[in-house]
Amino acid sequence: MTEPLLQIRDLEIAFKTQNGIVQAVRGVNLDLGAGETLAIVGESGSGKSTTATSIINLLPGTGHITGGSIRFDGRELTSLSRKEMENIRGREIGFVPQDPMSNLNPVWSIGFQVEEAVRANGIATGRKEVKKRAIEVLKEAGLADADRRMKQYPHQFSGGMRQRVLIGMGLAANPKLLIADEPTSALDVTVQRVILDHLESLTQELGTAVIFITHDLGLAAERAKHLVVMYKGRIVEAGPSVEILQNPQHPYTKRLVAAAPSLASRRIQSADAQLAELEVSTQTGTVDFDLVAAAAGRAELKAKQGPRPNAIEVDDVTKVFKIRQGSGRAVDFTAVDKMSFAVEKGTTTAIVGESGSGKSTIARMLLGLETITSGDIRVDGESLAGLDNKGLFKLRRKMQPVFQDPYGSLNPLQSIGNIIGEPLDVHKVGDSKSRRNRVNELLDQVSLPKAMFGRYPNELSGGQRQRVAIARALALKPEIIVLDEAVSALDVLVQAQVLQLLAELQEELELTYLFITHDLAVVRVIADNVCVMEQGKLVEAATTDEVFGNPKMEYTQRLLDAIPGSGIKMGL
Amino acid sequence: MSNNEYTPGPGHYVAPLEETPLAAVDAVNVDEKPSNLWRDAWQDLRGRISFWISSVLILLIVIVAIFPQLFSSVDPTKCDLQFSNQGPSEGHILGYTKLGCDVYSRIIHGTGTSVSVGLIVTVLVFGLGVIFGAIAGFYGGWVDSVLSRVGDIFFSIPYILAAIVVMSQFKAEDRNVWVISLAIGLFAWPSTARVLRAEIIRVKQADYITSAKSIGLSNFKILMRHVLPNSIAPVIVITTLSLAGAIVAEATLSYLGVGLPSTIMSWGNDIGAAQDNLRNSPMTLIYPSIALSITVLAFIMLGEAVRDALDPKARARR
Repeated sequence: MTEPLLQIRDLEIAFKTQNGIVQAVRGVNLDLGAGETLAIVGESGSGKSTTATSIINLLPGTGHITGGSIRFDGRELTSLSRKEMENIRGREIGFVPQDPMSNLNPVWSIGFQVEEAVRANGIATGRKEVKKRAIEVLKEAGLADADRRMKQYPHQFSGGMRQRVLIGMGLAANPKLLIADEPTSALDVTVQRVILDHLESLTQELGTAVIFITHDLGLAAERAKHLVVMYKGRIVEAGPSVEILQNPQHPYTKRLVAAAPSLASRRIQSADAQLAELEVSTQTGTVDFDLVAAAAGRAELKAKQGPRPNAIEVDDVTKVFKIRQGSGRAVDFTAVDKMSFAVEKGTTTAIVGESGSGKSTIARMLLGLETITSGDIRVDGESLAGLDNKGLFKLRRKMQPVFQDPYGSLNPLQSIGNIIGEPLDVHKVGDSKSRRNRVNELLDQVSLPKAMFGRYPNELSGGQRQRVAIARALALKPEIIVLDEAVSALDVLVQAQVLQLLAELQEELELTYLFITHDLAVVRVIADNVCVMEQGKLVEAATTDEVFGNPKMEYTQRLLDAIPGSGIKMGL
Repeated sequence: MSNNEYTPGPGHYVAPLEETPLAAVDAVNVDEKPSNLWRDAWQDLRGRISFWISSVLILLIVIVAIFPQLFSSVDPTKCDLQFSNQGPSEGHILGYTKLGCDVYSRIIHGTGTSVSVGLIVTVLVFGLGVIFGAIAGFYGGWVDSVLSRVGDIFFSIPYILAAIVVMSQFKAEDRNVWVISLAIGLFAWPSTARVLRAEIIRVKQADYITSAKSIGLSNFKILMRHVLPNSIAPVIVITTLSLAGAIVAEATLSYLGVGLPSTIMSWGNDIGAAQDNLRNSPMTLIYPSIALSITVLAFIMLGEAVRDALDPKARARR
């Protein structure tokens, strides 16, 4: 048997931290043949990115390889000098980073940066040759008017186009291997799909082997034949993608499959039945929650309940922002355009759209953080438009937000107890003792131990912080909770837990959720109704089953197609 | 499976279960000590030698400033020309000035002036800086434009120059510690205000500010409760550093003759008076300068220790 293109044996990587040495990768073995595609899947901290970046010695900070070997194309990479490694990077192994926003230098033109990559990799020499090759690279990357684009700067490019440029730069020298580290996580779903299709066709054409790093199991299985699941620095399961998805063996993989929204939504879809009628059996005792089971359960419950009064009525609402131009003139920008919908009490309505569609503006107007330009929003029949400060203050008790970024939504200097209890304090509910009891009760409701009372946010993980944010939102016993991308920043398993918590709380407290998200897959498992927004306009509004089963608009269909994992047959 | 590790191949590999126990996915560790920014900073400060040295020095300086009698029994105002520029002798370990005053005693009794000027200026700079910076940064818009321009005007005048101009408007007998502190403080605050303004603009975009708005907290309370505590750390750092600057400024002004009148004992005055006979008796100039340097260094050391403790990045480098 000939040696594969990339062969990793017993790889050990450690990071030096304040508290001593932390082992990030333990005994990883990998093989990748020429032209093959491999996906490494895992949550943050699983060691997937660390493994991949160690191949080209781009480990961040204090990380270093402590053992094992990485053989690439017949050479040992771990013992190379800095100079030799620089020759391999780009020329033989390309790299596409995660965040297209921060990986292009904003002060240089795109052309300059591509030319720099071309020159550094020694593909072409001489000004004219380099420029010619740079234009070719951009054309290959799918930028039609590459000549003109060369002179532009990164801020004139959208996220998707920047990622195209980065992919182009990664592939500029026809490397034998391309490492793509979550290349589309920062992009909108529809853009994500286009970029991945493009990456796939390019690498197939060039015969490039690809290591694809992602946290989304559905995405991984769709894009790679071979899958490696990592957990806490170890490989826990590996094999053909479809096989792993259909028949996961390791408990961790089982959890991942059960918790991945993209897979869950595909599973529901492939069952081809109304959610309420689904019979779901959780596979084994090791899986303690399953998104499909949870979704089926709630749909069944909702079906029994019948119609209810409206908690939120959005009536012909328009929001116009004045955007200041350089010359001091102001230009009108319509963020939300004549939008109308209603949310029944105790149900969940998801507002879906890509970034810039105006979905967050709706939430901010509902919360009274943004004035309404025209139209009206009614909460429990009470109109928001003509409300004075006092009325707004009273109305705030009825609705509370939970935000996306669990690291930015809690004041780092307040203890958890104070954070959760602050709304009670502001609205002068009860005395200090009863407030304390209420906070303890809330901690209990979001499954956090009471010992958290005196702790500070920086001691908590993302999921725990989001629970605290939910507890704070619940403090005043509101009827409506506005969840603005509330689970988008969380790891899959944590996300599933928080989704489940939200579902339980809704059932228990009769809460109404307005769920703002860009991720249709999550919508499938949590929402009763869906409003799809595009550029400030409502394009489609229907029940979740209708939108997924029978989308009326082309835009909705595109969003649905963008959910990864479409080609994979899944059982329940 | 005999081998524990994954060996690449076409088959479907599953890790042995016992090797990767599935802990609760998002379990909370309740055993660890509680921590937050200030507590961590204190933990960090406690481990720094520079913090302890500077603290002990500053404590000593403050005690000297409050109770000079404890350190010197000689009356610094009882001068006798017959001892003019004499060297050290019994009971007068640092010798005499040109006017025959005891150098050691004058240094001890001058400490109070320097330290109080430093403290008053610092309080003034902190107060003005925080008020202007907080209002400009938090409310933004035209309020910010007006306040920032006012700050820029003050900023464009070097504060020593401005203080010289202000001080020369006062007759020598009207000048005292308060006047000189005001003259320095009035022109030294804009840098503090700028730092705070920038920090507040950063902090007010955080989600927890929006969250506070949506529970109905008033703007002023949001500023006091959430924004200020999260943006004050860098201000504290530059304030400790500016204390040293104020002490130097007082000495400079007094040396130039536009500071405190010679009837008030201060290091600046002593240095100024000693410059005429630098050749004959350099020690009368050097001793008060050493006192000044030690005090300034102690405050700068403290400032730097506090800065490193409050800046997590600096902490990681250590």
